[in-house]
Amino acid sequence: MKGIFLVLCCLWLAESAAQAEKVTIAAAADLKFAMDELVSDFKNANPGAQVDVVYGSSGNFFGQIRQGAPYDLFFSADIMYPQQLVTAGLAASEAKPYAYGRIVLWSSNMDASRMTLESLTDPKITRIAIANPQHAPYGKRAQEALQAAGLWDKIQPKLVYGENIAQTAQFAESGNAQVGIIALSLAVNPELASKGGYWLIPEKLHHPLEQAYIITKRAENNALARRFADFMDSKPARTVMIKYGFALPGEASEDKTQ
Amino acid sequence: MVLRCPAKHPKTRRNEHALNERDMLLSDSDLLALWLSFRLAGTVTLVLLLLGTPIAWWLARTRGWWKGPIGAVVALPLVLPPSVLGFYLLVAMGPNGPIGRLTQTLGLGLLPFTFWGLVAASVFYSLPFMVQPLQTAFEAIGDRPLEVAATLRASPIDAFFTVAVPLALPGFLTASILTFTHTVGEFGVVLMIGGNLAGITRVASVQIYDHVEALEYTQAHRLAAVMLIFSFLVLLAVYAWRPNPKKGT
Repeated sequence: MKGIFLVLCCLWLAESAAQAEKVTIAAAADLKFAMDELVSDFKNANPGAQVDVVYGSSGNFFGQIRQGAPYDLFFSADIMYPQQLVTAGLAASEAKPYAYGRIVLWSSNMDASRMTLESLTDPKITRIAIANPQHAPYGKRAQEALQAAGLWDKIQPKLVYGENIAQTAQFAESGNAQVGIIALSLAVNPELASKGGYWLIPEKLHHPLEQAYIITKRAENNALARRFADFMDSKPARTVMIKYGFALPGEASEDKTQ
Repeated sequence: MVLRCPAKHPKTRRNEHALNERDMLLSDSDLLALWLSFRLAGTVTLVLLLLGTPIAWWLARTRGWWKGPIGAVVALPLVLPPSVLGFYLLVAMGPNGPIGRLTQTLGLGLLPFTFWGLVAASVFYSLPFMVQPLQTAFEAIGDRPLEVAATLRASPIDAFFTVAVPLALPGFLTASILTFTHTVGEFGVVLMIGGNLAGITRVASVQIYDHVEALEYTQAHRLAAVMLIFSFLVLLAVYAWRPNPKKGT
């Protein structure tokens, strides 16, 4: 028993000694594929750096960081959360906008590229997945778009709610919901793009999905966290973000509807 | 050297969303979620009484080679992460899965995001909580009472209902209560196949999670307290109520 304890202690010490350069990122679920690529690019440029990413819903991360969660960087899908953390003194940087998100109609078994929001009233479509508007930014925007189109009341009985935007995409991907209102950044990922098309929901139907990140207070002296933040501003990182359908701050946003 | 735990911060800030004592009522959607949890748990308990009793009886009486594997399968949900069960069920009950194809052919539609989908999932999830206490109760009866019943010309079915069931009644009660409370406590599987529909799949545990995610800590506190008190009282009843061991021996 004592032996096991000693071994665990040694492992723990060895572990903490090895982690000189380490950063843990909390990222909104819409970044899933883009961030995976960014992190792998960053690691290539910074050999030896340990970068861990946790994906989830922005609201959840916000609550966790307020309770002292060990994240060094927080990439939120809604600028509101980082801003509130800055106000609460829990950030070591300002809330820095990094992208604008877009929502799309996506389906794995129908041609969503020929749909519009009106198509959702089709009786053949019985289940539509959106992210939970109560706390997921993409869900809020989906609700706004449906309301602006005057379809919310008609469509609400068909809605099922994903815990975050990735689960929403998964509901549609597995066919359990015929259509999903998901992030463009997920729809352009090869995995989903090979299965079905998407229709870009016009920007004017919802508030902009301004996304921002912060370096958290606990990472104030974490050089690697700063380097990752700088990396987000670099040309290669911006290219990756654009590839995944994000509009970037400081660049003309083009509505590339088909 | 003595390692000391860092002392808790003396001025741990009281949660801004501290409970407001004047306003302790649950919202309508909280009540709906609670009611749904109880309705789900009640349905699952009834279904499992019908399904679990023969399985437990068979496991208690058989000496066959199959006892081990079947017993292990029944116990799987005790150790399996809910995400494993949720994932398999979501795929199997989807439009391309075997269960999904079957339910569609039968004209029942798809099970995910429906109440009966949750019932089906919970029946798997709570199976050991029904079968294991029943099996123990049946095993405790032993062969003798049933042999006596047989000499009195009771058929096996007759003996089961007039001898085994009354003797195993405490086991039935424990099994039903554990199944009910365990289903009320279900979360991961529901999150994966429920789709968060008010009154249909948004059970109390999911409602609490939603409150926390939406930073509605006051509401989360209230509903969580209700669940805590309920669970404690039920378990207290189970542990406090034990048949007198001297009686009947």
